[in-house]
Amino acid sequence: MTHSDPNLYDYWPYEGRPKIRWPGNKKLAFWIAPNIEYYEFDPPVNPSRSPWPRPNPDIAGYSQRDWGNRIGHWRLMDLMDKYGMRGSISLSIGLIDHHPEIIEACIARNWEFFSHGIYNTRYSYGMDEAQERAVLEDSIRSVEQATGQRIRGYLAPALTHTENTLDLIAEHDFWYSCDLFQDDQPQPLKTKTGKLVSMPYSLEVNDVITYSVQGWSPQRYTDLLKRHFDQLLKEGEESGTVMCIPLHAYLVSQPHRIRIFEEALKHIAAHSDDIWITTGAEIADHFRTHYWDESVKDIAARGVATGGTGFAPAR
Amino acid sequence: MPQPAEFLVYPHRAYGMDQDRYDWQPADRRPPVQLKSGAKAMAFITIPLEFFPLDPPAKPFKHPGAMVTPYPDLRHYTTRDYGNRVGVFRLLKELEAAGLKATFAVNAEIARRYAPLIERIRAGGHEIAAHGVSTAHIHHAGLSEEEERALVAETRAALPDAVTWMSPARNESFKTPDLVREAGFSICLDWESDQRPLPMRTSAGELTCLPNHYELSDFLILSTRSQSEDEWADQILEAAAQTVAEHPERGAQCFGFTLTPYITGLPFRIEALARVLTGLAAMEGLQVSTAAVVAAAFAEASQ
Repeated sequence: MTHSDPNLYDYWPYEGRPKIRWPGNKKLAFWIAPNIEYYEFDPPVNPSRSPWPRPNPDIAGYSQRDWGNRIGHWRLMDLMDKYGMRGSISLSIGLIDHHPEIIEACIARNWEFFSHGIYNTRYSYGMDEAQERAVLEDSIRSVEQATGQRIRGYLAPALTHTENTLDLIAEHDFWYSCDLFQDDQPQPLKTKTGKLVSMPYSLEVNDVITYSVQGWSPQRYTDLLKRHFDQLLKEGEESGTVMCIPLHAYLVSQPHRIRIFEEALKHIAAHSDDIWITTGAEIADHFRTHYWDESVKDIAARGVATGGTGFAPAR
Repeated sequence: MPQPAEFLVYPHRAYGMDQDRYDWQPADRRPPVQLKSGAKAMAFITIPLEFFPLDPPAKPFKHPGAMVTPYPDLRHYTTRDYGNRVGVFRLLKELEAAGLKATFAVNAEIARRYAPLIERIRAGGHEIAAHGVSTAHIHHAGLSEEEERALVAETRAALPDAVTWMSPARNESFKTPDLVREAGFSICLDWESDQRPLPMRTSAGELTCLPNHYELSDFLILSTRSQSEDEWADQILEAAAQTVAEHPERGAQCFGFTLTPYITGLPFRIEALARVLTGLAAMEGLQVSTAAVVAAAFAEASQ
């Protein structure tokens, strides 16, 4: 049986919400999520979806993503260092074993790690609860072993889910999910246990969408990042907003794009008095500590609270 | 194998249209309309408020914007829902800053689920139009008359005061105009045959069709065709300037365009949206209003 509504959150009008202020009285929380991914050369085929657009091995797709890890990632890291911006890495956990040099470079910069599944070529479709638990436990354990860091965020591999995904990550004491795109502010998710925050991560300004799906030019991407930022900063005056730039080095770090992309970071960094440049986990922690209860109360008062939890409607 | 014999038989091959909903009338063979307000052209803004279920049917076709990846496609569900939670409030704010009213075409499912949003739109003085049950309920010729009448009745029950109708995906069966007129709707935004309100014959009386231009759709320009925010804004303003400029020869004309909350309501599009709305509001000779007001203004002029 399928559901027409996932019931993972309640309707909450954007207008008139309680005022959020980020640490230091900042109006906008800004974070960058470099996706550091590993795509397998010859992954098993999931009956719901092929791993590659062309039959395995898809040399063009595979080698472009490998270029991202060999070349592009280091270029992006240099650029973020220049502006004092730490990354929150959306990590294919398998990469820890394949490319430990990348992990070490991220540790040295005090970047955050969160799980993006084991490989971006292993989809969640059809997994039972035990299998999904195994992925989460592997993620927590592998990052802890490699970095000493306890992961707090989850972005499902290739944005593939089951009806259990959000409940399971909440049960494993994750603080935030990047899988939902319904809002520009964090908010509570209706999971069976825990306090799981829906974190604005944004597909619309994600380089995969702008470059690979929409086909926009480097100049246009920079232009929209600046406009996106300016608007969210303006609205942050009313109640704190979140802006995330999700990136993929195999796209944004291409030699014809990186310098033009830098203009966007320069524009954002120029507003450092008003913005909190931070990580996903820090935003989630602040929201859970200071705004969770108030948000739940406001949703009940001005929104439409329907009860139940994800995929289990009240009634 | 050759085609059957009827393939070379043309029963409607005669002067005028091949359907009898309305008559053929070229732009240069009719008296120009002069509006009592003195406006040279009118524009209307259609804002669809749509519910995209996580498990959409594939028949007769998937609604544009419906789920793409295997169930549960939380990605597309939540990016669409963004429009109803966040994007629509940006549109309301910019409309109000420009002093304009729009026509919100609301699915019955949205009206039932998101009451605070509907109240907010009513309080802003905008028009509420009916947009079928949901994106999962497309009107098409494969439905029986009873099935389609039930869809119209369900929509009517959720939106008892609406006078304007837009079908989900603007798709109809051969009987849709009769059924929506029968349910008390007098204006329809599905057909865009003319540049002024077009009276349509139905079994239940006259239905007025207003031209909601697909070529100006934000979904088409910004999403399907990937054009820039500025290119989109320029085209809307150009359409307005052109309809105004034709007034000496063609008289008053009108046109409509859509603002889709999950597309135009994104932060990086608000600057272009503000340019469109303030540009239209300030345009000499142009009056921007809701579908019902546009239809009434042209009806009054032709009496």
